[in-house]
Amino acid sequence: MFLQQIANGLTVGGVYALIALGYTMVYGVLELINFAHGEVYMLGAYLGIIFFGFFTVLGLTSHSLILSLSLTFILSALFCAAYGFTIERIAYRPLRNAPRLSPLISAIGVSIFLQNFVMLTQGATDKVFPQLFSTAGPEFLGVRITNLQVSIILISFLLMYLLHLFITKTRFGKAMRAVAQDRIMASLVGIDIDSVISMTFIIGSVLAAVAGIMVALYYGLVNYSIGYIAGIKAFTAAVVGGIGSIPGAMFGGILLGLVESLGAAYLSSEYKDAYAFAVLIAVLLIRPSGLFGQKREEKV
Amino acid sequence: MTYILEVRELTKHFGGLRALEEVSFKVREGSIISIIGPNGAGKTTLFNCLTGITRPTRGHIHLGERELTGLPPHEIVRCGIARTFQNIRVFKEMTVLENVMVGEHIHIKTGLFQTIIRNSVFRSKEREAMDKAMEYLGLVGLEEKAFIPAISLPYGDQKRLEIARALATEPSILLLDEPTAGMNPQETSEVMEMILRLQRFGKTIILIEHDMKVVMGISETIVVLDHGVKIAEGPPDDVRRDPLVIEAYLGRESLVEA
Amino acid sequence: MSYSLKAFRGIMLVALWFSLLFLPFKGPLGAIILFASIVVSISLFRALRRVRFRGIKLSLPYSRYYTLFLLIFLFLFPLFVKDYYLDVAILSCIYVILTLGLNVVVGFTGLLNLGFVAFYAIGAYTYALLNLKLGLGFWQSLPFCLMASTIAGFVLAIPALRLRGDYLAIVTLGFGEITRLILNNWDSLTGGPNGLTGISSPVIFGLSLGRLNRYYYLVLFVVIICYIIIKRVRESKIGRAWLAIREDEISAGSMGVNVTLYKLYAFSFGAFWAGLAGALFAAKMQFISPESFTFIESVLILCMVILGGLGSIEGVIIGALILVILPEVLRGVQNYRMLALGIGLILMMIFRPHGIFGSTMIKKASEKIRVSEGANRI
Repeated sequence: MFLQQIANGLTVGGVYALIALGYTMVYGVLELINFAHGEVYMLGAYLGIIFFGFFTVLGLTSHSLILSLSLTFILSALFCAAYGFTIERIAYRPLRNAPRLSPLISAIGVSIFLQNFVMLTQGATDKVFPQLFSTAGPEFLGVRITNLQVSIILISFLLMYLLHLFITKTRFGKAMRAVAQDRIMASLVGIDIDSVISMTFIIGSVLAAVAGIMVALYYGLVNYSIGYIAGIKAFTAAVVGGIGSIPGAMFGGILLGLVESLGAAYLSSEYKDAYAFAVLIAVLLIRPSGLFGQKREEKV
Repeated sequence: MTYILEVRELTKHFGGLRALEEVSFKVREGSIISIIGPNGAGKTTLFNCLTGITRPTRGHIHLGERELTGLPPHEIVRCGIARTFQNIRVFKEMTVLENVMVGEHIHIKTGLFQTIIRNSVFRSKEREAMDKAMEYLGLVGLEEKAFIPAISLPYGDQKRLEIARALATEPSILLLDEPTAGMNPQETSEVMEMILRLQRFGKTIILIEHDMKVVMGISETIVVLDHGVKIAEGPPDDVRRDPLVIEAYLGRESLVEA
Repeated sequence: MSYSLKAFRGIMLVALWFSLLFLPFKGPLGAIILFASIVVSISLFRALRRVRFRGIKLSLPYSRYYTLFLLIFLFLFPLFVKDYYLDVAILSCIYVILTLGLNVVVGFTGLLNLGFVAFYAIGAYTYALLNLKLGLGFWQSLPFCLMASTIAGFVLAIPALRLRGDYLAIVTLGFGEITRLILNNWDSLTGGPNGLTGISSPVIFGLSLGRLNRYYYLVLFVVIICYIIIKRVRESKIGRAWLAIREDEISAGSMGVNVTLYKLYAFSFGAFWAGLAGALFAAKMQFISPESFTFIESVLILCMVILGGLGSIEGVIIGALILVILPEVLRGVQNYRMLALGIGLILMMIFRPHGIFGSTMIKKASEKIRVSEGANRI
């Protein structure tokens, strides 16, 4: 039972980690809590269902499930990248030098808009994803993990690894880190801040889209409000790991997934959502810089 | 003359950075003392420790018999120490007059109940506070601009506002952080005049300054810091000739000129 | 209206971009409609832009007759209108109290609170529970409601003291949500999602205030008192201390303000009014459920404060009135209300972050920074 929950926790945790990365990267370069990020995840989930349905109608799915799924992932990721890019351009860039309250409120506005947009166009009831994967799967120390769970865990970790490589090994990754450290200095040495910031949003959105589709596959249904809850949880994960720290977000996500699964199993499943909030408040009280974060002092 | 303030072995480390290292000096009551040193010497950190904004790693600060080390800023104000800031920190959206009235915060004794019922006691105390604030503005020459937002004041006026605000706390010791920065010679001598006037009122003044004319002109004692360490202390003429000081500045000309 | 070809192409491209983005959700027909609407709205927008209303600072004209006239109007109001309008008026008053309370925390002191609704809920549920389970009347319960919410404000303030802007926002949000989750799940005490019904109306000198027009006078009276008290506190050393903290915490502390204490005061004082509003709400609706106390409510109240202009007392009252009355007026297009709210928030922060009556200084200051940062890029 315990190991079963661990497996569940890792699955959910991987998803949280992917979303959390988006939050942490954006906070790193802009010092902004991107409230709307959860909605991009939600949009990804919906797009997954919509595109997959589209391909099925076209007859592609019966021809090759893999092809259909791959195209779904790619198209959804593309669209979500566009969403993330657009959100940044419209709602955040004009406010880049405004006091901190402004972009935060703007982000809330975007979040409200997107949630209601989807509610109006797709209905307030759950949208269903056909059960694609059987519940078959390997058995491991008395624990049943489904193939789907294994896939999710593998994909999550693969993406995290790729991101890690990107950040540490490529020039662009270095530019991102530079902008996160000191935006004005970075622009003075010739880095194009706008491109870096846009790219940050794009990468985060792609990860969120993948997370969304996987969740749609896993639970079989989506709803316009999943963005808000997942967003808060993923944000918690990012804070726990140390906001602005990429390894921190990965670690935080997985940790939160585990805490939630174990909590739901052993304490109470009714208050499942409250665990994230409780963890968040606890972390912010005891160690606001998170596990891997750095303390920033104000200069007088 | 007695010593009003004593700093003993004051040390502040920010992680690996040694901002202050065992700095000690004494300040005589009613005197003007200048803290000088190259940039990064630890002068503002010293002020921050004195005013409770930063907690020293080691060392002590004594006001008479009272230990000030580690007290929060508002407590230190109550003990009679007030300061101005190097990068001006006026309350931008509040009017000039309101800025000074914030300085009077600890001296206005009105409670929540009195505030709500607005009795005559409350009204007379508010009136009194406003009148006193106007007086402080008068001291620095800002009475005419009392009702405009602080942010619309020119740079020099904002610096004077900070001084008026600090005076409103009725301190016995005034800490001025680069009061003449960015001023032309005319404004600078006005500020020098004002500082001397304040001394005649009985205030003790500690100055951080880069303008050597000011430092040499009005200080009785100079303390020189370099890389967090006190390298010299004494009257202007002694400090001017001190080889360590000259070396730290490498600015032979600027010292000799003044 | 003259269009350069470039501008026209720009509008077309933007409209095309958005239509494509939302194509999967709206379908081809919807996308075309979207395309058309965007072209129209942007064109209208550009035309309106010529009207320079960005930098205009609005201030209320003040005269004694103004206040007198207003008071007369408010008192005679119920005699001329249908019940529906009375309902809206009562709701407006309750929101005005909420907004004034939040204004103390966010507007005066600069502490962001995204979970203000929690105090509102605590006030409401305290009255409901005392009334239903212990049979206490409104006036008897009121002190407890006020105490409960004020203490809650104090409790939330303690962790909030050390946190910076964004983190503070999130913790307060968390507090609000946890409160709602508890109210939703603790069925035995709070009735869970079904809420609590049968709450009694206040009785004064034997006269029941259950009827709308009588209740209206009650809330009107409370609002007036609230306004007077908050205005008086604002124009005192307490108000000045709060504003100083908002402007510059370190500077305020260095001038003798006990920043920690005054932040506690701000939170508690704001929560006090929210609790009062909550009790009034419960007494009026005679039924409450967690649905009235969501995060969106907190956001809404925050919007009222921002719309009116952070810190401006009269401004936030007007902000509250606008955001309560406008949705009622636009009842026909109910569904699009939230969409409009979302877009409205974004537009407001970009074009008029200081709200209607706030200080225009904020905008000017941030423009200065933008200019200098741009200069660096050369």
